[in-house]
Amino acid sequence: MSDRPRPEAAPLINESGITIQPLYTEADVAASGGVAMLGKPGEYPFTRGIHPLMYRQQPWTMRQYTGFGNAADTNARFKYLIATGQTGLNVAFDLPTQCGLDSDDPLADGEVGRVGMAIDTLRDFEIAFEGIDLDRITVSLTINGAAAILIAMYLAMAERRGFDVKGLRGTAQNDLLKEFIGRGTWIFPVEPSLKLVGDTIEYCATHAPKYSPVSVCGYHIRESGANPVQEMAYAFCIARAYADEVLKRGVPIDEFAGRLSFNFNIYGNLFEQVAKFRAGRALWAKIVHDQYGAQKPGSMWMRMIAGGGGSGLTFEQPELNIVRGAYYALISALSGAQTMALCCYDEAYTIPSEYAQRLSLRTMQLLIEEIGLCDTVDPLGGSYYIETLTNQLRSEMERIIADVDARGGIVGLIASGSIQAQVSAQAYQHQLDIDAGRFRKVGVNCYRIDEDDPQVEFHPYDEAGTRAQVARLAEVRSERDAAAVAGALDAVRRDAAAGANVMPAIVAAVTAYASVGEITAALTQVYGRYREPVRF
Amino acid sequence: MNAKTATARARPIRVVLAKPGLDGHDQGAKVVARALMAAGCEVIYTGLRQTPEAVARVALEEDADVIALSSMAGSHLAFCRRLKPLLEQAGLQDKLWVIGGNLPQRDHDALRALGFKGIFATGARLDDITGFIEGNAP
Repeated sequence: MSDRPRPEAAPLINESGITIQPLYTEADVAASGGVAMLGKPGEYPFTRGIHPLMYRQQPWTMRQYTGFGNAADTNARFKYLIATGQTGLNVAFDLPTQCGLDSDDPLADGEVGRVGMAIDTLRDFEIAFEGIDLDRITVSLTINGAAAILIAMYLAMAERRGFDVKGLRGTAQNDLLKEFIGRGTWIFPVEPSLKLVGDTIEYCATHAPKYSPVSVCGYHIRESGANPVQEMAYAFCIARAYADEVLKRGVPIDEFAGRLSFNFNIYGNLFEQVAKFRAGRALWAKIVHDQYGAQKPGSMWMRMIAGGGGSGLTFEQPELNIVRGAYYALISALSGAQTMALCCYDEAYTIPSEYAQRLSLRTMQLLIEEIGLCDTVDPLGGSYYIETLTNQLRSEMERIIADVDARGGIVGLIASGSIQAQVSAQAYQHQLDIDAGRFRKVGVNCYRIDEDDPQVEFHPYDEAGTRAQVARLAEVRSERDAAAVAGALDAVRRDAAAGANVMPAIVAAVTAYASVGEITAALTQVYGRYREPVRF
Repeated sequence: MNAKTATARARPIRVVLAKPGLDGHDQGAKVVARALMAAGCEVIYTGLRQTPEAVARVALEEDADVIALSSMAGSHLAFCRRLKPLLEQAGLQDKLWVIGGNLPQRDHDALRALGFKGIFATGARLDDITGFIEGNAP
């Protein structure tokens, strides 16, 4: 394959399907819709940012994705990251926890503590966050299928530690609908999954009103094959499905919309990405304002975490991922993200080392301290190219959302497997483009080198840690009040069967030290389990 | 090489493609499934969260020529150690076993020793995967 740069004469079309001109002028901005949707930072429709001063007032939160082994292992890494300057936590759970299985479940064999921290009961959460000031360090839980249980555990743990849950900030990913498109840690069928997300939002609106119970993820939809505009449009469709579910229960939009947040992907063309976020910010504000009649500006804010993009990173020449990570952080800062979690350079191989995580943190700190990314708001605003692309991408997102609505809405399209089939067809085409060199990846289809096994420090998998986790679960089971646990699990089943909000019963169950697996089993007895529609 | 050429085959190559364990990252598996179909194979994709017992059972029931696994979350050796005796008990030791995904170089010898003839780590080209299967399927 040729290493020559592509010929200048070839037409350039970005991943969102927009043809890129060699030069942009004010005429292009006008032709794409002008600056009617631009506004000022901190004012509707928030194209330029959700706050008037953005990073001038406060830099983004730095929140590297972290977790492995058991709660004690992860607690030590949390403390290392905080000591290194990290300002939030972003918790990775192992797959058994994510799938609602206890560490002693036969299906968990070989997977306990492997890709994240193993959590069975409230005891593990107490150990994981020991010594961490939850008022100063906000915590994001990357959990979906089992999110209702883990949110309940987090709130119960914070309350037990003496924090005021009414003022507690933090986030749970809890985007169950996207798990059916990408990432795959679903547990329950589509309808009860939607109902559970509604339960958590409704519960938090009353009991933990500063907590963000959902982070709607375009990220994994993009990873599964969506292009950048589909990533945003499908995420907004899913966010609307959650909003509709909560509105149905009589909770006014302004009482919960401000606590919805988003998680987006960032790899790809810098200008397309920056325009994508600016376009998305205005479109989400418009949807919440026009379609839902929200009054509070905060309800219309597209608050987001961005900085990762696993599909952008490569197995080949992994040190190039350090450079890619720096560009992703730059894109994220130019896009006005509230929080960043950078992928680490060794992530295509292993759980990141302390060294790799420190490099990612330092990458963000360089932007803040040396490179001037916090000096002024929306520094690319007013660029003919960026403003034209922002308009074009926003129109494209609106078109995709209208198309989803015309096809009966996102929930039905996910349940039937239509969206999955569409993005997987695109992922296949994308791989063909990479293999043929049409979509260029440095180190993969151009500028390759012969390399030995790269110098990556592999994270060891700790079998002894697994045994200790299983032993601790057995110990908790023997010490807890068995009758109280049985009664609490009965209440979970009863409320689920009655169609009531299950969060109060789940909070009571975790407080009685019922396990993730036991509570999940109680819910599946009522809700059933999801069966994947495999469509091509 | 004693594999049959495409023209000598009485039927298309049947591939059972499975996602072992709890890992939910199926983009790669689905991309490979499409590439194999485009190459003329019949693909039976299991979907997520397959146990070793389920993989062996589906492979037997579907009369697979090829048993293919896609593993992204690091549990490949543990899974394959459990799968090998089950495939052998099912009389599938002469079928072609292949695995792809996040598979560090240092594990490749162990995977080969377990009977996996084709090992396709992240970054493998689709042509290489389909070509290997066409050339080595029994």
